[in-house]
Amino acid sequence: MSSSLPHTKKVEVRFTVNGAERTVLVYPMERLLDVLREECRLTGTKEGCGEGECGSCSVLFDDVLANSCLIPVLQANGARIVTIEGLAENEHLHPLQQAFLECGAAQCGICTPGMILAAVELLKKTPRPNLEEIREGLSGNLCRCTGYVQIFEAVAKAAGVELAR
Amino acid sequence: MRADPAVYDLVAPPTLTDALALIANEPTQWTPIAGGTDLMVLYSAGKLSPRKLLSLKGYRELRESLATPSELAIGASTTYSDIRRHPVIRNEFPLLARAASWTGGIANQNCGTLGGNIANASPAGDSLPVLLVYNADLLLISARGQRLIPYSTFHTGYKKSILAPDELIHSIILNRAAKIGMRHYVKKVGARNAQAISKVYLAAVGRNFNGRANSIRLAAGSVGPTPIRLIKSEQALEGISLLNDPLALASKVLAEEIAPIDDIRSTARYRSTVLRNLLGEFLGMLAHPVMP
Repeated sequence: MSSSLPHTKKVEVRFTVNGAERTVLVYPMERLLDVLREECRLTGTKEGCGEGECGSCSVLFDDVLANSCLIPVLQANGARIVTIEGLAENEHLHPLQQAFLECGAAQCGICTPGMILAAVELLKKTPRPNLEEIREGLSGNLCRCTGYVQIFEAVAKAAGVELAR
Repeated sequence: MRADPAVYDLVAPPTLTDALALIANEPTQWTPIAGGTDLMVLYSAGKLSPRKLLSLKGYRELRESLATPSELAIGASTTYSDIRRHPVIRNEFPLLARAASWTGGIANQNCGTLGGNIANASPAGDSLPVLLVYNADLLLISARGQRLIPYSTFHTGYKKSILAPDELIHSIILNRAAKIGMRHYVKKVGARNAQAISKVYLAAVGRNFNGRANSIRLAAGSVGPTPIRLIKSEQALEGISLLNDPLALASKVLAEEIAPIDDIRSTARYRSTVLRNLLGEFLGMLAHPVMP
């Protein structure tokens, strides 16, 4: 069916990802998610639902959280992108990554990169969040393993706050 | 099945004028895409039928908000996150800020746009009933010029609107005239607030004037093919004593005015009953004067 339709030309799209400039030759409607994983080989960004519900494909896009499955790559031209691979500095994990490790906030791990990036955005806006704020900040990220408690604890730990029980 | 990107085209003309020229020269050929939170969902599922898309991302004219003493013009590409933060919206149009906070999760609020939600014309768009009760106008632009229309005339049927093939939504305009004593109410009933489309939705404003309902405006989502202003219910309520079971009076009119359906999210019967209860909650709130 699709082979009978005229094919679009590939275009050059330029962006920075984790500080490095990249130029990719792609179809303009390819999803940023697929370009990151397949062209840039940054497979930390996961595909869960592929429809903007689960947050597994979250990246920071021009400094704000976005679902990379909903971004046609042409719209990333000129953008600054940070994926989970861009958080650690050399051998030092980002404090949120360290807290997820220590709190056992990951099980299968598919949601973890998105959870951590959503938490990065949350702590940038609200450095000392309460439980309600953590829940809202992560409301677009679904986890089917942990039941969320350890995830919320990890975010609180990274922020240096105690969660009231 | 996943869409094949090779058979879709997406262009991003350098300026808004270029974008308008493109859709003027090839009307009906191009489908605008802004934040992607609706169209990319269809695309990912292999269900997006338009093959030629026009990106509206990056046009500053569409992202700006302009406040004058009499009105607030919100650029169509304003995101839900922008709306939640906007001081005039938070103070004077609180229902819009609240509806924005219920739209998707944070990532979708960072990308999804108010203009996109309107153009997509979903009967369940969280912000749309709110725009109806605030009597919003829309400024539509094309290479031919511009026109200002009441938002209440925009939707003509399920996912249908009066937007011409060469037109784009430029901005959403809200009247800032003083609303002394006005009470604002909105409630979304869905599986959860974030990331779940509503089953029933009521937005309402009104005053308690000497114990009587005054300046009532009601709009509902998910109870008909488009978001609807409940004009007949408003008329039935206007001037009625708020202490004398106003809901009993309004609920018959309300039932005649809506056309809910059974679908994957809920049933017509549930929707009718819950909408009636929401109206009752609003009227109860109105009956109690605000403490000074």
